Amino acid sequence: MNILVIAEHDNASLKAATLNAVTAAVKIGGEVDVLVAGANCAAVAQAAAQITGVSKVKLAEAACYAEQTAENAAALIISLAAGYTHILAPATSHGKNTLPRVAALLDVAQISDIVEVVSPDTFVRPIYAGNAMATVQSSDQIKVITVRTTGFDAAENGGNATIEAVAAAAQSGKTKLVNRELTKSLRPELVAAKVIVSGGRGLGSGENYHAVLEPLADKLGAALGASRAAVDAGFVPNDYQVGQTGKIVAPQLYIAIGISGAIQHLAGMKDSKVIVAINKDPDAPIFQVADYGLVADLFQAVPELTAAL
Amino acid sequence: MKVLVAVKRVIDYNVKVRVKNDGSGIDLANVKMSMNPFDEIAIEEAVRLKEAGIVTEVIAVSCGLTACQETLRNAMAIGADRGILVETEVELQPLAVAKLLQALVVKEAPQLVILGKQAIDDDANQTGQMLAALLDWPQATFASKVVIADGHALVTREVDGGLETLQLDLPLVITTDLRLNTPRYATLPNIMKAKKKPLAVLKPAELGVDVSPRIATLKVLEPAKRKAGVKVADVAQLIDKLKNEAKVI
Repeated sequence: MNILVIAEHDNASLKAATLNAVTAAVKIGGEVDVLVAGANCAAVAQAAAQITGVSKVKLAEAACYAEQTAENAAALIISLAAGYTHILAPATSHGKNTLPRVAALLDVAQISDIVEVVSPDTFVRPIYAGNAMATVQSSDQIKVITVRTTGFDAAENGGNATIEAVAAAAQSGKTKLVNRELTKSLRPELVAAKVIVSGGRGLGSGENYHAVLEPLADKLGAALGASRAAVDAGFVPNDYQVGQTGKIVAPQLYIAIGISGAIQHLAGMKDSKVIVAINKDPDAPIFQVADYGLVADLFQAVPELTAAL
Repeated sequence: MKVLVAVKRVIDYNVKVRVKNDGSGIDLANVKMSMNPFDEIAIEEAVRLKEAGIVTEVIAVSCGLTACQETLRNAMAIGADRGILVETEVELQPLAVAKLLQALVVKEAPQLVILGKQAIDDDANQTGQMLAALLDWPQATFASKVVIADGHALVTREVDGGLETLQLDLPLVITTDLRLNTPRYATLPNIMKAKKKPLAVLKPAELGVDVSPRIATLKVLEPAKRKAGVKVADVAQLIDKLKNEAKVI
């Protein structure tokens, strides 16, 4: 078996999600190559070459890959697909955007968001917002797969793969990036954070969200998250959202504050190692998944917690 | 220009799904079915483009069982002009649906296809991207804002870490994210009107598409339950547990 893993990066650094996808690839077995497609991204290829378990890094550098549009990325992957039995990418917005295009052009199905490798053709994936786990088997020659990063540990560093330059494929001129506004924050990224402080509708307003949660997040070096209710109420932007339709996270510690625990929120955080819930409603569903529940008024309990840390 | 919108019939998002005891799938008997919420957003966006004078006709398409006609009537009650059902009993997977839509695009020649970013049943998040690939069209997935002017589309997309805006040539495929719009409620007069709108029924074979599944579902199980932990009395006890029991701070 030969597996190609599509690296997630921003041309400057390799994103951690790639490491989880490599672990999934290693579990499938066989040779694992990593494709780094971008512009001026040699440093990313160097980082990919150090991942344990990677045989070869394929580096495609061209201006048309700088913005990583799905059209150009898919065309490149197709040009390299011959000889591979599996093509994997982390289920990030880039992976989700690109890989179905690859699958369609290869005339194969895609298996989305796997959380477990049963055998080289059989995988487990969540359906119905994680309310059921389906074991699925693919009969296609090439398996095209996105990997839910929280389902696999990150691969370690310690490898020494060779880096091989590959030629760019035909480019599409139909899509142009006009603007990219990434939320600037000194906090860790939500999907990579060890600790997440997350707030819900119980906070009452955007001002309260920041005033109550930020000091706690600062103390813990935590990322800030939110429930969909808090996002819908306009407390914080959408990229804070943890849940089935937002980010799927699995930190060491997840502190849910003023979050009732709607099923779609639980789907996004229930794989966290330790869950703490602070909510004044003792019947809130969040307490059914929390390791430690504190029934209290968050406006008193959270500042008290912050002060005591 | 015409716009094609794909709508899927799924278990209503408010229903708690139940896994069948024999592990063969989800229990769909006597369960309320509705339009996939992301597809409702897709229809709403298409209807708004028509109201803005950019689009001349909104065609809703659904693929699946006869009962999908209800979903199409809902789409027409929101404002789609007509419906097409590609009727089959076969379990349709995203690649098959993308091929059916591709055949309909060739037939109807729309300049724009709008789909939900994913269906809330199989959570695949594939069909729009696959359709764009098969048509060799550009794609704008996870859209939170769409502006169409001067033969281009400007689409703002929700990506990890923020937003990006793409300029794309027409024709193109757009998939919707939650914040693109809030779908209107269908009014009773519009529900009545929708019953009289044209609804064509086709078979996959008439479109020359092989819809056989490529992926077999071997079993469907309930996820491992996370056991509820303990309630702590106060903040001091919480900190003690986190430090000494869980050892996470």
